[in-house]
Amino acid sequence: MSTVLILGDFSGDKATKTTAELATAGARIGAVTAVVLAPAGKGAALAATVNQGPIQSVIVLESDDFASHGVAASADALANLVKEKSPAAVLIASHAFGKEVAARVSILTDSGIITDAIDVAADLTATQSVFGGSTTVKSKVSHGTPVITVRPNSVEADFSASTPAIENGAATVGADAKKAKVSSSQPPVKGGRPELTEANIVVSGGRGTDGNFTAVETFADSLGAAVGASRAATDAGWYPHSHQVGQTGKTVSPALYVACGISGAIQHRAGMQTSKTIVVVNKDPEAPIFDIADFGVVGDLFNVLPKATEGVLAKKG
Amino acid sequence: MKIAVCVKQVPDSWAEKKMVNGTLDRENVDAVLNDLDEYAVEEALRIVEAHGGNEEGGPHTVTLISMGPDRATEALRKGLSMGANDAILVSDASLAGSDAIATSAVLAKVIADGGFDLVICGTESTDARMSVVPAMISARLGWAQLTFASKVAVDPAGKVSITRVTEAGVDEISADFPAVLSVVEKINEPRYPSFKGIMAAKKKTIEQKDLAAVGVAAQSAWSQVNEATPRPARAAGVKVNDEGDGGSALVTFLAEKKLI
Ligand SMILES: Cc1cc2nc3c(=O)[nH]c(=O)nc-3n(C[C@H](O)[C@H](O)[C@H](O)COP(=O)(O)OP(=O)(O)OC[C@H]3O[C@@H](n4cnc5c(N)ncnc54)[C@H](O)[C@@H]3O)c2cc1C
Ligand SMILES: Nc1ncnc2c1ncn2[C@@H]1O[C@H](COP(=O)(O)O)[C@@H](O)[C@H]1O
Repeated sequence: MSTVLILGDFSGDKATKTTAELATAGARIGAVTAVVLAPAGKGAALAATVNQGPIQSVIVLESDDFASHGVAASADALANLVKEKSPAAVLIASHAFGKEVAARVSILTDSGIITDAIDVAADLTATQSVFGGSTTVKSKVSHGTPVITVRPNSVEADFSASTPAIENGAATVGADAKKAKVSSSQPPVKGGRPELTEANIVVSGGRGTDGNFTAVETFADSLGAAVGASRAATDAGWYPHSHQVGQTGKTVSPALYVACGISGAIQHRAGMQTSKTIVVVNKDPEAPIFDIADFGVVGDLFNVLPKATEGVLAKKG
Repeated sequence: MKIAVCVKQVPDSWAEKKMVNGTLDRENVDAVLNDLDEYAVEEALRIVEAHGGNEEGGPHTVTLISMGPDRATEALRKGLSMGANDAILVSDASLAGSDAIATSAVLAKVIADGGFDLVICGTESTDARMSVVPAMISARLGWAQLTFASKVAVDPAGKVSITRVTEAGVDEISADFPAVLSVVEKINEPRYPSFKGIMAAKKKTIEQKDLAAVGVAAQSAWSQVNEATPRPARAAGVKVNDEGDGGSALVTFLAEKKLI
């Protein structure tokens, strides 16, 4: 059976659920080997957290170049492994880092690339949702080793426990990939809420919150949801930029997206239109966001959300 | 300093986009300068202005580079009217339907031949939405990659440093020239072209080249679209007016959908 390489996705020192999603998609194509890029001495601990999803083996590449030279170093090491293993495909998480690593791997290995797949089939056909979700496209790489980035939260993951065989490989990083020097790195500040791109439910607030996110956060917490924001809200400094949803923020596709006090500009929609169910609270009945809503309440979010929070809590008993 | 800015002409964000024969129909929509590339043009101008400007005959220049159809000259005029010195447009019938791999090959060759110190890109083209071209150019040229910059500081003697902001956090990164940058939209507020700028742009040079002149062989895309289906329109949703019971109606909807 052919091998599929997936690039292990980590948050802090733990594999994310995206890693299991990549494995699930990869297992349709071949035997999954997860690649763990780790700082020197940290490989075994990181690899031990790659324990969910249909993963046959883990290859650990250790090097301090990953932290000190960023994307280019990671891509070099992965590309060299791809050349050595000739896998059937390489699957990587579709976020800024993952897409840039994929971009470089495709150039270094002379391979075609598809980004932002929401699904990958056994025959390597990738499904993408393009033009703000208005068109579904199926495409296939026709040259080299298909390099495909998969959007977090899109593939229904098999989370069954796995105990992959762990082996160590050599991280090979060329001189060109060391030209950029990272002098400091700060991980994102993590709150107690779920990660935006991985959350099953996202509740977002916009200019309509007028800077007060309490109602939005309280409702989100009643649902166990992540909190998002429009650019109007992040620009005003009401909510951190890392929570911005949209074209220049994050792309989310949760089971439920609740937009509160958000008008629905095209740039906002670009980041949330593939959500399975969309609920809107907005006091302007003409707001364009209602066009894509499955359920909309025309009303003041400061009245509607507290009542809804009460209702959810009551249902949960 | 010689700075190149990669700019793309894209269909207007608001236009309805359609697929024709597996590629985006670019003929029948209004086209504009990719708005995320305006930040790249602005940043290039701010960099040269902080070090003596880009007046004719001066030490610094900003050159726009684009690959696209003939009419991409309209988008280039916009960048020129903001203040860039000149532009290069690679236009060739065989480039229609190019993927990012081919695009980056063309852009990288033009950049390599131009003797630039820095290349600045947007983070994403609003039509392709791949965010891969800057990294590909860097990989092809073997130049340092400094992407997703929310802040750029340049020492004209040959050093550049950025603050990179992504979902993975905030990094401080630096490199010697030459380097490939991309800038996020938080970095600056692009200027509106002044009347003087618009008039001056009419006289600026847009050098148009075909593939042979660039010296790159035509290459078909390495990925193909086999199927494109318009997503079924969302069934018209339910809309209720809040008369004090909007919150509970919302909860009932969520319960019906088994979302709680
Ligand atoms: C290059 C570029 C990139 C961009 N990227 C993004 C992006 O990634 N993400 C993004 O979101 N935007 C982005 N934008 C901005 C986008 O165009 C809009 O300006 C922004 O999304 C508007 O945010 P908003 O809906 O919160 O505010 P507004 O458009 O002002 O809408 C506020 C809404 O709140 C409603 N409201 C007010 N008070 C209440 C109340 N008490 N109760 C209920 N409803 C109320 C109003 O009726 C209105 O519909 C980008 C723009 C550009 C040019
Ligand atoms: N055809 C093109 N011509 C010039 N620049 C481009 C072209 N395509 C992409 N770019 C640059 O690469 C960036 C990222 O584009 P993309 O990878 O397509 O999302 C854009 O913001 C531009 O700066």
